[in-house]
Amino acid sequence: MLKQIEGSRAMAEAIALCRPEVICAYPITPQTHIVEGLGELVRDGHLTGCEFINVESEFAALSVAIGASAAGARSYTATASQGLLFMMEAVYNASGLGLPIVMTLGNRAIGAPINIWNDHSDAMSVRDAGWIMLFAETNQEAVDLHIQAFRLAEELSCPVMVNVDGFILTHAVERVDVPDQARVDAYLPPFDPVQVLDPAEPLSMGAMVGPDAFMEVRYLAHHKQMRALERIPELAAEFRAVFGRESGGLVRPYRIDGADTVVVAMGSVMGTVKDTVDALRDAGHAVGALNLCAFRPFPLDDVREALLGARRVVVLEKALAVGMGGILASHVRMALRGFGNRVYTLIAGLGGRPITGDSLADFLRKVEREPHYDVHFLDLKSDVVEAEIARMERTRRAGPIAENVLRRVGAGRAS
Amino acid sequence: MTEHPFAITLDAGTSLANRTGSWRTSKPVYADHLPPCNARCPAGENIQGWLYHAESGDYRAAWEVLMRDNPLPAIMGRACYHTCEDACNRGRLDQAVGIHAVERFLGDLAIREGWRVEPGPPTGKRVLVIGAGPSGLSAAYHLARMGHTVTIADAGPKPGGMMRFGIPRYRLPREVLDAEVERILAMGVELRLNTAIDDIPRAMAEGGYDACFAAIGAHLARRVDIPAVAAGRILDAVSVLRGMETGAEPPKLGRRVVVYGGGNTAIDVARTARRLGAEEALIVYRRTREMMPAHDFEVEEALEEGVLVRWLSTIRRMDEGSLVVERMELDDTGWPRPTGEVETIEGDTLILALGQDVDTTVIERVPGVEVNKDRTIRVGPDLQTGHPGLFCGGDMVPSERTVTVAVGHGKKAARHIDAYLRGAPQESAPKHAVAGYDRLNTWYYTDAPRTVQPVLDALRRQTTFDEVKGGLDETTALFEARRCLSCGNCFECDNCFGVCPDNAVVKLGPGNRFRIDYDFCKGCGLCAAECPCGAIDMVEEEI
Amino acid sequence: MTQTVKFYQTGTLTVGNRLLDSDKRTVQASRNRSNALTCGHRACQGCGEALGARYAIDAAMRAANRDLVCVNATGCLEVFTTPYPETSWQVAWLHSLFGNAAAVASGVAAAMRVKGKATRVIAQGGDGGTTDIGFGCLSGMFERNDDVLYICYDNEAYMNTGVQRSSATPPAARTATTPAVGAAPGNVFGTGKNLPRIAMAHGIPYVATATVADLHDLEAKVTRAMGLHGARYIHILVPCPLGWGAASHDTIRLSRLAVESGLFPLFEAEHGEVTATTPIRRRVPVAEYLKPQKRFAHLFRPDAPGAQEALDRLQAMADANIRRFNLLSAEEAVR
Repeated sequence: MLKQIEGSRAMAEAIALCRPEVICAYPITPQTHIVEGLGELVRDGHLTGCEFINVESEFAALSVAIGASAAGARSYTATASQGLLFMMEAVYNASGLGLPIVMTLGNRAIGAPINIWNDHSDAMSVRDAGWIMLFAETNQEAVDLHIQAFRLAEELSCPVMVNVDGFILTHAVERVDVPDQARVDAYLPPFDPVQVLDPAEPLSMGAMVGPDAFMEVRYLAHHKQMRALERIPELAAEFRAVFGRESGGLVRPYRIDGADTVVVAMGSVMGTVKDTVDALRDAGHAVGALNLCAFRPFPLDDVREALLGARRVVVLEKALAVGMGGILASHVRMALRGFGNRVYTLIAGLGGRPITGDSLADFLRKVEREPHYDVHFLDLKSDVVEAEIARMERTRRAGPIAENVLRRVGAGRAS
Repeated sequence: MTEHPFAITLDAGTSLANRTGSWRTSKPVYADHLPPCNARCPAGENIQGWLYHAESGDYRAAWEVLMRDNPLPAIMGRACYHTCEDACNRGRLDQAVGIHAVERFLGDLAIREGWRVEPGPPTGKRVLVIGAGPSGLSAAYHLARMGHTVTIADAGPKPGGMMRFGIPRYRLPREVLDAEVERILAMGVELRLNTAIDDIPRAMAEGGYDACFAAIGAHLARRVDIPAVAAGRILDAVSVLRGMETGAEPPKLGRRVVVYGGGNTAIDVARTARRLGAEEALIVYRRTREMMPAHDFEVEEALEEGVLVRWLSTIRRMDEGSLVVERMELDDTGWPRPTGEVETIEGDTLILALGQDVDTTVIERVPGVEVNKDRTIRVGPDLQTGHPGLFCGGDMVPSERTVTVAVGHGKKAARHIDAYLRGAPQESAPKHAVAGYDRLNTWYYTDAPRTVQPVLDALRRQTTFDEVKGGLDETTALFEARRCLSCGNCFECDNCFGVCPDNAVVKLGPGNRFRIDYDFCKGCGLCAAECPCGAIDMVEEEI
Repeated sequence: MTQTVKFYQTGTLTVGNRLLDSDKRTVQASRNRSNALTCGHRACQGCGEALGARYAIDAAMRAANRDLVCVNATGCLEVFTTPYPETSWQVAWLHSLFGNAAAVASGVAAAMRVKGKATRVIAQGGDGGTTDIGFGCLSGMFERNDDVLYICYDNEAYMNTGVQRSSATPPAARTATTPAVGAAPGNVFGTGKNLPRIAMAHGIPYVATATVADLHDLEAKVTRAMGLHGARYIHILVPCPLGWGAASHDTIRLSRLAVESGLFPLFEAEHGEVTATTPIRRRVPVAEYLKPQKRFAHLFRPDAPGAQEALDRLQAMADANIRRFNLLSAEEAVR
């Protein structure tokens, strides 16, 4: 049913349609509205057969989900940013135990300095935790990915994280088609766990594994993700067959044919990217875009295939590997290893800094001249950082960089 | 293997493949240590063994275990001075178990129920027993159980020996004595009363006996020379007590009876005098109460009955209706010495209770028999005299003279006679080490609730020490039996089975105790430490 | 006279007793006990935790008619029972992390509830996993009154990692991080937390303390706890021969002495109120409990600084427990 609806609410309704049995909620902006919505759906009787548990921390939230999932219940939770870090130990544990939990990550920056706005730093911090990680471009896709996520998780016995950009998606009110129950039920069968805590057939889950088998356990986790590379497109195709629309999959190219420059990005920023591509195409620039819907497993082959024809690849990413540069860009380079494409890292939108079409178009026009820089920070206030760097070199004063920067920004405004 | 994720999920209980027994440096071993009561029982009773059955109310089984060693439990439960109870570890906790009381209960129950013992399959061997006292009866019983044909010859008119002629009725009712003797005779033992044997080898030859056990009691009273005027009545205790059984009327004693001596016989005769109507019964003893050979509880009972005692006194002479006594004092070594201070006390009868001797004239004549300085017969460890096939026991041989010792001699003699008759040496099982108090973990022995204890204590006093009031009833006997700590012997409390952190103790079911599974036992020693009765030893492993 | 007489020889303190009715014997006395924790585990000789866990879980298995799931925190109990490829558990069992056993158990309980199953849930861990790193999740489980029985096996330090101090380590005890050196050797007085009382403060349906020395008491408490629903907590003292520096055969004796000295009070509480205490049978001075343990050896060296003062303070702690919980039986009080 088509609705003008807040993203979080739409996701909540979609998750409810998946008939989760245990939902653990702990508030952290910007995922809060999702669990609030679910709480309401449980309370008002829309979602039955579900335990909605208000826990005391994100660590507990995922831990409760781990217990519930191990006991055979379809389990869901959501978090963001600091909350993800606080549950980090459990994040690894859930995948290590092979528990098909679905978690929404309302993507948000990580402090300090504390910042509630959107970027992908949180997601990138768990990229090696063994979870399948999907990124939604729109709220419609966010709705659809959750439905696919439960199916994928339970088929593979692997947790799935659906990434939705904080505020940009979670808090945006827009038109979304929330599917009906019958079609969701048709797509998503009941949870049939491969292992379950059953007093009638007792097992010990969570053994200590030493050097004699640990490598194999890890290899098998990797193998599971490689299987996901096959299943994700298949499930997306099946989804299209049932629901009649394109959602999910591994990668989605946009006007990539004949493009010399291709922008690679994940999540909601694709909207801006597409607009910019359109504008530049209209202006005669051969640009295109590639949307990565699946970050884990990383679709190396699909990325390579999509990008081989592009001379220049601009990886637009909302995270920074401090001391290294681009994370997604490194992955793309891995896909293109041995080929001659020039890959640019464009760090943008950290801590919610707006990514404007103008700035992006500006950058894309610049790379057509094929400059030699690698990491570029979009719309970085160079004067501020240069002044602070100069001051640091002068005073070697200890203390939080953030405060000093703020002081300078404030001082700049005052003058 | 069930289908489940590799390595992280495991099948239940698979650690059984890990044999942790290899970690062990010492191992627990079940051992039956000798309970102190058993160790101290002159009759060699397996006290803990029969109490075990009594604890569960299986009195028949208890009685049967008891009867393996002692054919006279109803008598012994009354007449035995129960050294076992002095040794009882429970005495260190509160009070010793009233072993004799339970024994008496079992003995009385057996009489009431008419329980019998069957003789063994006949061996064709014949044994002559001289003396129907506790030793002779015991020997006859055990020999009959072994299948030998036994004849008892006794010079007296009734069987029982010193049990009848030395122990007063109030301590041993005659129907009890008669019943237990009868049970032995019912096994086919022949009893010939009023039959004095004056030539043992001849009697054996004429009767076709293959062996003989002589157990003649100490019936000869010792005397001392006390100057007395003609009218003074001086009797001996043995005669007085014997007169109670044989005469048509009880012996005539005076109004004021003085008993000289400090042994149990002195007490018995003084209490008998009280019962015969003496207004006053006074015991005069050379030394202090602590030094009296009589058992303390008997002295106590005598005092309760109004018997008077004059310690540290000797009798110098007897006059008409009075006696002159001299006060003694202890010297530095604790030995009594005269002080020269004399006193006159009233008394018209003086009974000497200064000990007894055995009449050895007959046995001394047997070739090969040797007599010790103290007039006892010299025997080997097998109780055999220098005359092959002639064994001696009871008061005749060097030993303490009690009914219990005599019963023990009877059993021991029977075993050696049996071995002699079979021509094979008697093999005794090696004795286990005594289970002392320090082996016990007394934590596990609970006290009765405060509210119940005084009632029970009163009941116990009443029923176990006062003969006239009768024995324990079934409830109290059960309670008393269950006070046993089962020192050194597993009583299946399941502690070892429970406290093993490695589940390495296997419970074998009622009566079958436990087994250590050395595949898994790590040798921590908890089972041994927490065994209430000390039935587990930790033994070093050979590494 | 109709009063029941406790059998002297085979009193109710032994594990079993051939003379008792079978329903009055402990679960451990039964050949049919679950052995939820079975042979072949790799606990040290005389491990109190291995013993306590089998005692508790077997009792719970009986109470739950074997319809039980256990969640285990990381720690000795987890490590010595489930090294791949062998597990010693014969109960449905899950280990997730060090600090989340209570939350995982909440999840299992939620799953059972939502699936309409009667399966009962136990979470268990050592003192570190309970009083320290797992405390947040535990408190959350308590306040939500989730239908979980949490059992803490308290051996008073981080034994699995090599005997480091926890918030359950008693004052003066030597651990690897509170060495017995300096002016105030061992763990610092005035530190640590009393988790049973903190649990009570949550107002949960049931809180109890127990030791491996009194099996009847322990099983009665587990059974009582299993008879209730909602958040329940049992704190079991389990001596660690290795960490305490005690003989492996002294595990039960030390538990007993901890109780009899007053240092470890045995009590039950419901909804925040103490409902029962187990009186001390034979009171002993704390020194009798402390002396066999090498972790307190510095208190018994004649020249040790502050040793007497430390002993006095520990005695005062025991005395305070005895007063607070009224632990002296009538007969002990008059002695």
